[in-house]
Amino acid sequence: MRLSLRLRRRRENPLACREFVELVTDYLDDALPPEQRARFEAHMAGCDGCTGYLEDIRMVAATLPETDLPAADPATHATLLKAFRELRDEP
Amino acid sequence: MRSEAVAEEVVQDTWLAVVRGLGTFEGRSSLRTWIFSILVNRARTRAVREARSVPFSTLAAESEGPTVDPARFGADDMWAAPPRRLATDPEQRLLAQELRGELLAAVGALPDSQRAVIALRDLAGLPSEEVCELLDLTPGNQRVLLHRARARVRTALEVTA
Repeated sequence: MRLSLRLRRRRENPLACREFVELVTDYLDDALPPEQRARFEAHMAGCDGCTGYLEDIRMVAATLPETDLPAADPATHATLLKAFRELRDEP
Repeated sequence: MRSEAVAEEVVQDTWLAVVRGLGTFEGRSSLRTWIFSILVNRARTRAVREARSVPFSTLAAESEGPTVDPARFGADDMWAAPPRRLATDPEQRLLAQELRGELLAAVGALPDSQRAVIALRDLAGLPSEEVCELLDLTPGNQRVLLHRARARVRTALEVTA
């Protein structure tokens, strides 16, 4: 019984948490080969710690996008406006 | 660019080059990629002129070792104790702006090549192929740097949570 379990585990070659955490961005970028992806998802299904870790990384990536860009400082704004005007006024 | 004043100058130079060079834009890449390529070139030129190390020379040193403290795992390589979650509950995130501020501060503290990749991928939202082209990285190296950056930012927030 014990032996067969061990054999089955070896055949399925399950991922350890330590490996899982290094594959998260490859997974999110859909860059894992199919077999590796299956191992990743199988591990995730049985591991709350790793599921949480994946969600954290996803959250970091999702919270960063630049939505409210700060305006250019006045000097930069003036220089650029001048450049646009010169371009427009060129023959 | 570590100095905000220098970064402002590089951005301004870039826009001037975009305005003046628009007529030569051939449409072989997206306009966005073309603008970013001018920006990256100017930032690199500036970094060299300021005698700072060129960011990507440190690539190897920034790509080694585990991204999670090995002490977090047991002898079986599984979590010794589950990682503490970042505050994802909406009620805990009433101060979303504050969270974002902490994330950005953590990004600012990253090594150059990791910071460049996470800024282009997660802040600017460029697709990985464009980031590889802009920074002259292989897809694999690009993902390694992005993952290291995200993991470090996550760890920084876990500590302050």
